[in-house]
This record gives sequence, C-alpha cells and structure tokens, in this order.
Amino acid sequence: MIQAQNLTKFYGTKAALRDVSFEIERGEIVGFLGPNGAGKTTTMRILTGFIPPTGGSARIAGFDCLTESLEVRKRIGYMPETVPLYPEMAVWDYLEFFAKVRGLADRDRAIARVMDTCGIAEVAHRPTGELSKGYRQRVGLAQALLHEPEVLILDEPTIGLDPKQVVQVRELIKSLAGQATIILSSHILPEVSQICQRVLIIHEGRIVAEDTPASLTRRIQQAQRVLLRVNQASEALTERLRAVPDVLSVTLRDEATYAVECALDVDRRAALAAAVVQGGWELLELRPVDMTLEEIFLRLTTTEEEVAA
Amino acid sequence: MNVLNVAARELRAYFASPVAYLTMFGFLVITGLFFAWYISWFQDPQAFFYNIPASLDSVFRNLTIVLLLLAPALTMRLLAEEQRSGTIELLMTAPLRDWEVVVGKYLAALALYLIMLAATLYYLLILLAFGKPDLGVVLTTYTGAVLLGAAFLAVGLLASALTRNQIIAAVLALGALLFLWLIEVFAPLLPTSITLPLGGSLNPSDALQNLSIISHYFDFTRGILDSRHILYYLSLVAICLFLATRVLEIRRWS
Repeated sequence: MIQAQNLTKFYGTKAALRDVSFEIERGEIVGFLGPNGAGKTTTMRILTGFIPPTGGSARIAGFDCLTESLEVRKRIGYMPETVPLYPEMAVWDYLEFFAKVRGLADRDRAIARVMDTCGIAEVAHRPTGELSKGYRQRVGLAQALLHEPEVLILDEPTIGLDPKQVVQVRELIKSLAGQATIILSSHILPEVSQICQRVLIIHEGRIVAEDTPASLTRRIQQAQRVLLRVNQASEALTERLRAVPDVLSVTLRDEATYAVECALDVDRRAALAAAVVQGGWELLELRPVDMTLEEIFLRLTTTEEEVAA
Repeated sequence: MNVLNVAARELRAYFASPVAYLTMFGFLVITGLFFAWYISWFQDPQAFFYNIPASLDSVFRNLTIVLLLLAPALTMRLLAEEQRSGTIELLMTAPLRDWEVVVGKYLAALALYLIMLAATLYYLLILLAFGKPDLGVVLTTYTGAVLLGAAFLAVGLLASALTRNQIIAAVLALGALLFLWLIEVFAPLLPTSITLPLGGSLNPSDALQNLSIISHYFDFTRGILDSRHILYYLSLVAICLFLATRVLEIRRWS
C-alpha cells in the first residue's frame, strides 16, 4: 500500500531524513517512534505530498506522492501534529468545508458520522478557535476520517489529550484496523506498542529498528528496572540488595534511592522489599520503571553499531 | 467546484472578522466625502452658469488613492495567514490544486470589492434623481473601476503569498502598488526616442508610461473603452495569480 524508497530530505544543509526506506501492507497499523526532530513529521509530510523529498520516492496505492499528488491526496486522511484550524469557523462549518473540497456526496451524514466517532457532536456549533486542546485534536481527527480514506496518516494523534481521551482515541484507531492502512507517530513507546502491529524507530533521520512491538521490547529490554527508595542508604544495604537472586546491578541514584536491575521474566520485588525490611531499613517506595526513550535509542544505536562491527 | 468552495469559505471569513466591515466603512466614508463635496457645488446659486455635469468623477477619479490603501488591507491576510497558522498544510494535502486555492482566495477578495463598489450605486441614484448623468460614461467608469480594483487585489494577493506575516504582506503590497504607480512619474525622464541599429525606433518613455497601473485607468472615466487598457489589467491579474501559485509551490520546496 505504501512504499518509501531511499527518502532523503535536506532543509538547507541540515539533513532531516537520510535514506529512509520502508514498506507498509494494506490494513497494517504502523507506528513511527522517535524523539522530537527525528524525522517523523518530515516523513509524513512527504507521504502526504505536502513537501517534496530531496531524494528518493514514495508511493501510496501505486501513485507517486510527488508527481501524482492529487491521486494520493484523494486516498489519504491526514492529521498534522498541531491541528490547523480556521479559528472563526464553527466545527460543523469547518468539517463541511473539507467535505465539499473532497466532493463527498452525502455531506451531512459523513459529518454526523465523524462527529459521533470522535465525540465532538456537542461542540458542533462552537468556533474552532475557542476549543480546548482535546477537542481541537479530535476535530483534526474527524477531518481526517471524513472521506473514509484508504490511508490514514496521524501525526502524534494523542498529544495534548487527557488520559481518558487518550484511551478513547487509541480505541478509535484500533477500531479502524482492517478498514484503513494507518501510520501514526508518537514519542511514547507504550502507546505505539499498544496500537501498532509494527513499529519503525526513527532516530536522527534514519530508521534504526523495525519490528513488532513485542520482539522490539524483547530486543531492547535486557533487564527490568526497579526504583527503590529507603530512609537511609548505606554500603551494607547495597550489599544486601546485590545478594538477592537474579539482581544484575544495583546503583545508588542519590542518598536514599537505588536503581536495581533484575533479570527479565522474574519478579523480584517481594524479595527486594524483604531484604530492605529485614535488614532494619524502612522501605518508602518500590516501583518498576520503564526505559526512557533516550535509553532505548542509546541501546538501539549502540547495538546496531556492534552488529555492524 | 473547488475554486468556489475556497472562495465561499474565504468570503465568510471576511465577514466573520471586522476586516470586511472596517474596509467597507472606510471605503464608503471616503468616497461619500468626495461625492458630498462635489454635490455641494450645486448649492451655489450660480451653479447653473458653471455648467457642472452630473457625474461620478469626484468619486472615481480618486479611486486610485483609495484602492492604494484599501487593497493591501483586503489581501494581506489571504495567503500569509494560511502559511502562519499552518492551515495551508491541510489545503495542500486535500485534493485541491494550488491554483484553485489562489484563484478561490482572489475571487473572495474581488467579490468583497464588488460589494463595496455596488454600494456606490447609491451615489448614482442620487444623480439620477436630480440630474441626467451620462449613463455611457457611468458604465465605462464602473468597468474601469472593476478592472483597476481587480489588478490592485491581484498584486496584493501575490504579496500575501510571499510571507507568513500579514503586516509584511500589507507593506509589500503597498510598496509594489506605489512602484507601479510612480512609474508614471518617472517615465517622462526617459528619452522619447531611441534609434535601433537595424532601423526603426523605440520610445522608452512611452513604454514605461504604459506599464503604469494608473495611466490605463483614466480613459475609462472619460467614457473611453480601449482594449489596450482592458488587456493591460487582465494581463496584470493573470501574471500576479500565476506568480502567487508558483510562489506557494516554491515555498514548499525550500
């Protein structure tokens, strides 16, 4: 459905994308994961035909994104990262304008449908400029869904939403699986692993990894990490923690916090708690911590290099 | 028709903000003052002997200066604001061609101008009630006014494509229009005849004079309908709209 070949994009002399290639099958949900400035938005803008690539090419549904842009645009729904709105227009009018531009036959029904799906029916007659971030985001999504596109391109669809709305939007995207091919970008690993069948990790304009969320997590996470806070850290406690089975490393973060790495697939939190309490210390906090995105990239980029070497 | 969709949205945007009302208000106040000043001549008991014609000249001979200030105000937002707010990204990823966006926006500005111009028909009604204006001249005058406004607005739209800042767009438009105007002032400074090496001669002064956006206008107010003038304005509109389309395209490549 979507093919990108050696996409390269330079802004002046600065490279935003270097030699990015990927292929996406019909009906797949694929996530672009990467920190801000990694090249996610640039890739999406090239796919939508908004900006031309400096090198390489992309095709959607067999049409070239640059030379057959109009055919591509008819088939995609696109939601940019910060949803651009005409602040003076009411939500309904805004959607109606795009429904007209897309030449939809039964506009009223299409608008009512996306308003219902995105939960914005109650703000139908409010000017878009007065909406909260959460509503704006969903108006943007509604606009992308209007014409039931074959391909949906969503740039950070859940950014700025409150937790309840995030869950709703994720459910919505998952419910579209099978009907549409979906690309979404995110800088949150759990989000991408929940929604997507496949993840492309983009870092500094390159794809550094491409896999299913499950095997990606396995590749990245060689250990699980637990944060442990006590009343007073000491050498003796450090030794005690190291003695707990399956503990790989213990590092002192500050005067009362430890970061403990345990082997995967075993939960040693009970043993750790016991070690602290039985030694006469007070246990104030014990929680698992996810790897930060930075750590993931560090690990990915270093392991890739090791493989290359 | 996508051009009309864009135009209709834009026209509604004009009336959703104070822009349309303020510019119409300004336009009618200024033209109304010119007209009232002209009409006041008839109060003179001797007016009959001066042989003052019932004409709209006072309004339309000054239209150039009114449009110089008004056209940038109407066009500055059109493309600059789309580029600043990012809505251009939605337009350019929807199945709309670049020229459809440009022409649609242009038509909206032109429509608003025509609405303003239509309001001046009230002055004509007053003349018709109390005198016998030459309707032929009125017709050519309005033709000229439409063409002059169309050209001014096209220049303004091009300026708006060049920047994402409305103020800069307005200043650029004003500068460009002044330049096209002042050509007329500088034209007489050039030689009126140059003999070409292969025979024949050129008149640089005349050539420059003919590029001026103003010099083509006044014949219309005298009741003259000259295809050269019509062609000049239509060409200027076409060139500006074409360039604005290309500018939008180029700005995405950079």
